[in-house]
Amino acid sequence: MGVIYILWLRELKRYSRSRAQMIASLGQPLLYLLALGFGLGPVYRQAGHGSYIQFLAPGVIGMTVLFSAIFSGMGLLWDRQFGFLKETLVAPVPRLIIMAGRTLGGATVAICQGLLVTIVSVLAGFRPVSLAMVPVGLAFMVMIAIVFAALGTAIGSALKDMQGFQMTMNFLVMPIFFLSGALFPLTTVGKVLHWITIFDPLAYGIDGMRSTLLSAAQSQVRFGPVVDGAVLVGVALLFLSLGAYSFSKIEI
Amino acid sequence: MIQVEHLTRVFGEFTAVHNVSFEVGKGEIFAFLGPNGAGKTTTIKMLTTLLQPTSGKIWLDGLDPTVEKHKTRQSFGIVFQDPSLDGDMTGYENLELHAVLYHVPKKVAKERIETLMKLFELWDKRDVQVKKYSGGMKRRLEIARGFLHTPKILFLDEPTLGLDPQSRNQLWAQVKQLNEKEQVTVFLTTHYMDEADRVAHRIAIIDHGKIVEIGTPAQIKERTNATTLEEAFLTLTGSGIRDESADPAAAMRQFAQMWKR
Repeated sequence: MGVIYILWLRELKRYSRSRAQMIASLGQPLLYLLALGFGLGPVYRQAGHGSYIQFLAPGVIGMTVLFSAIFSGMGLLWDRQFGFLKETLVAPVPRLIIMAGRTLGGATVAICQGLLVTIVSVLAGFRPVSLAMVPVGLAFMVMIAIVFAALGTAIGSALKDMQGFQMTMNFLVMPIFFLSGALFPLTTVGKVLHWITIFDPLAYGIDGMRSTLLSAAQSQVRFGPVVDGAVLVGVALLFLSLGAYSFSKIEI
Repeated sequence: MIQVEHLTRVFGEFTAVHNVSFEVGKGEIFAFLGPNGAGKTTTIKMLTTLLQPTSGKIWLDGLDPTVEKHKTRQSFGIVFQDPSLDGDMTGYENLELHAVLYHVPKKVAKERIETLMKLFELWDKRDVQVKKYSGGMKRRLEIARGFLHTPKILFLDEPTLGLDPQSRNQLWAQVKQLNEKEQVTVFLTTHYMDEADRVAHRIAIIDHGKIVEIGTPAQIKERTNATTLEEAFLTLTGSGIRDESADPAAAMRQFAQMWKR
């Protein structure tokens, strides 16, 4: 237990110490929220869907958690580069424990970042419809964080160097984001996009947040919170096992 | 304390370590010397559970590192050739994390960290992030960390690489002090022959994966009719690069070693 705790704490310390990075990583969500929110808002309203900021905010929160969680997981690459990974891998501790501590830490950092963006969203005009449902919405945020921190660990263990990082960004993380319905409703898209997006875990996370934080008219619910939750738990277990497996295969 | 019998490791077609046997006694400082690609790091990796031997037997304090991985890991400390510190954390935090990883009780760890940081002259800088440390300080912190969980054996893989003579002297003085006080067995590799001559009780010289000479520094010098250990080393292993590139198998082995890292 102590080992999981200290590795978890390490991730948080690193996060809280890099204030500049913390603020820099708020830039992108802010840009999406303000530029798209106010830029596309009128068009969205004219189409008869109501407030775009309301619709967009859960999407941008989901995006933030996605990026933050994946990056934390892939922090493994940095640790490999700077050698610290060896220190943990040669310790008399099962690898599963090391992987658990790191992944939980990464997920927690992502949650903190998500909460910050939630606050920014509220400042930009986002209003959850029912305060009682906010904890459920946050629970979806937590699930997104765990799913992608685990995926980040799996990828970070498999990659040997920084070159793979850009590939992962372009061919995995960006598609996950754009196909998640963070920016546009998936209820009205064509068949092809419908089938592609059904395999995007983030789509369920954002759908879950919308169905709990927004009114029925605003949320454009696709699957509903029960299906969303079930799928996310399943994917989380899958990715955690994948992460544990690929972490156990790392050679020093 | 360390017993190695007929240890062999093969990578594909290359035999990195070939039928190596030696023993290191308790409290001994044992230097493992050899040119680049001779099989030093491969041997250390096998001794420290990071690599499975192809054949042969190893015992560390009576434990077989290929079977009882975690128990063996608890019994030794290691300082790697490349740095392995977390630069974002402070020196103190790096040691604290190590103590938890090696199951050192909190109270014991606190005292031990203070003692070691004072001995290695890092106590004043304990709350400074490691990325702001100098090369010598980082190295000392790593060695202090290796001693932290009171291991029975400490492996030092080229610990003084890139340090100035002052830092090197000081570092060995501190290692020697702990070796005497705590009866820790030290297994080290280095390219500085003068260091090995001064610090080590016994030396093994390895080349092309085989031990070519083993004994006290004085014995090795005597057997090779050399006045310095460096001379003895060169007599035993050839003048290095020229001989090695003349032998294609050796060149390939070096190449393979490079890529394994």
